[in-house]
Amino acid sequence: MLERTGAVHRTPSSVAAEAAQIEVRDVDKTYGVGRAAREVVKGCSFTIDRNKFTVMIGPSGVGKSTLIRLIAGFEKPTRGEILVGGKRVDRPGHDRLVMFQETALFPWMTTTDNVLYGPKARGECTPLVKDVASRLIDKVGLGAFRAKYPSQLSGGMQRRAELARALINKPSVMILDEPFRGLDAMTKKLMLEYYAGLWEEARPTHMFVTTDIDEAIFLADRLLVMSHIPTRVRAVLDVDLPRPRSLTAIVDDDRANALKMEALMLLHEEAQKSFAAGSRAVADFVEAYRRRMATGSPR
Amino acid sequence: MPSSSANGKARLVTVGAIATVPPDRPSGSRRARRPSTALVSRAHRRALVSFCVVLVVWQLGASRATWLGHPLPWIGHLPAPSAVWIAWGRLIGDRGYWQSWVLSGGRVLIGFTAAVGVGVPFALLMATLPVFRGIAFPVFELLRPIPPLAWVPASIIFWPTQELSIDFVIFLGAFYTIVINVLGGASAIDVRFLQAARSMGASRWNVFRRLILPGVLPSLAVGMEVGIGITWEVVVAAEMISGGGGGSSAASGGGLGFFIWSSYVGGSYPQIVVGMLSIGIAGTLSSAVVRRLASSLTPWLAVR
Repeated sequence: MLERTGAVHRTPSSVAAEAAQIEVRDVDKTYGVGRAAREVVKGCSFTIDRNKFTVMIGPSGVGKSTLIRLIAGFEKPTRGEILVGGKRVDRPGHDRLVMFQETALFPWMTTTDNVLYGPKARGECTPLVKDVASRLIDKVGLGAFRAKYPSQLSGGMQRRAELARALINKPSVMILDEPFRGLDAMTKKLMLEYYAGLWEEARPTHMFVTTDIDEAIFLADRLLVMSHIPTRVRAVLDVDLPRPRSLTAIVDDDRANALKMEALMLLHEEAQKSFAAGSRAVADFVEAYRRRMATGSPR
Repeated sequence: MPSSSANGKARLVTVGAIATVPPDRPSGSRRARRPSTALVSRAHRRALVSFCVVLVVWQLGASRATWLGHPLPWIGHLPAPSAVWIAWGRLIGDRGYWQSWVLSGGRVLIGFTAAVGVGVPFALLMATLPVFRGIAFPVFELLRPIPPLAWVPASIIFWPTQELSIDFVIFLGAFYTIVINVLGGASAIDVRFLQAARSMGASRWNVFRRLILPGVLPSLAVGMEVGIGITWEVVVAAEMISGGGGGSSAASGGGLGFFIWSSYVGGSYPQIVVGMLSIGIAGTLSSAVVRRLASSLTPWLAVR
């Protein structure tokens, strides 16, 4: 393990190469040409480290999803390169699976068929794999919903089914693009705790994109704070909070709050540049936090 | 969204025992709504009432030409339901009448099947091959606004037999609708489905078979339902214009369209109405068959 005492790295990270599962090297992405050209990503470099939980946070609409499409291989960078396991990305592959913002379960397949889609599509659907699928479905708590269609599942269940559909392909990296957006607050909280528990069992390499700072601090080992558009990494924070974490306990945790403050200050600066929606809420939090620090210790 | 908050509540209860709560909720509420003891369902009773009302109004209206001293504009010239009933009763035993059913039904079946058989692959080719779409779509769009009936004279010239020319016009009636619907359905397939599939290592063929094909089925179902309705419109008109093919008189069977036309020429007005109602029944039956077929192809739509 690298020795870090919670120090904040203000520069884009350059962690030792062998720890990096994904390496994004000086990537630009521009849509359109000439006057219509729109730079979405510019000079972006970062790594997703093996067996770490990396969370990418940034104001909405700055190109985080674009970065994900580039890593997934759905689109190609205009400049720079992306390496996965040392190999250059040029097409989608099941070594890095993406879980999207809203459900992308196939509506015409039951839970079991959805989960088995990847193995079936690759011709790897052996009895053993079917058995794994069955256990995975049990594990995400959908044992009684194997033969149901996605429309028969609740929002939280759909997310878990999708998680199972991705996990069965044993991706070396899971990429989750705001996976719990659109769930109501209570379901989201439950999903977060469930998902964190699942991750802690095996500590696979995960990359998680969000605009929610509490979600980010709760989940992350490393936090990539993204800049205003055209996006690049503004800062990398190490979230060295002990695991297992609890959403309730983290509210009162000084270290967590200090990290949250640190990230929010950066995000606020970036959000101000773009007048992004949500900037107001961030500003309010920063203001309230400052006042609280000035008047005494935080609770 | 109201549904997501409802789901949220369900999740809350299921933390301890995940398997129990959500399935009970919808099925329970559905059971409460269904009157299980009634001999005839509420929908059937309502349908019965509307049929009775129509028949009574029609019978009363047709029984005299004036009502309270005023001539009835439309219904007064119509044969009464009782006269239609009698005419129908005579025709029940008539082979020619049933042959009209068979002829028109057969034409609809041939034209419609051909429209599905040609239209679906054609639309799927356009949906999946941009080059093919670029070549075929402009021509398709140019021909699409031409009403099938405008094709009748040309069709009679093109095709060696009158039967084939009628089939062709019927084919056109359903073809455009089916193609447009399948095309729309294919372009409405969520791009994330395709991305997810590609991520998981699916081949192009697999994406086509497991995602695009089922993905267009709901809109194909809509296209078929609309299409079968159009085929009945077209078959009747085509038979009237072309003289019905096969037979020479109403009784010798030139299809239901020709049956109506020759009844009109022969001055047998109740028989006209019999023909019209026969087409109504035939159209309803064939729509029901198509709907049944479509819903058996899309089981996931029935469960929500």
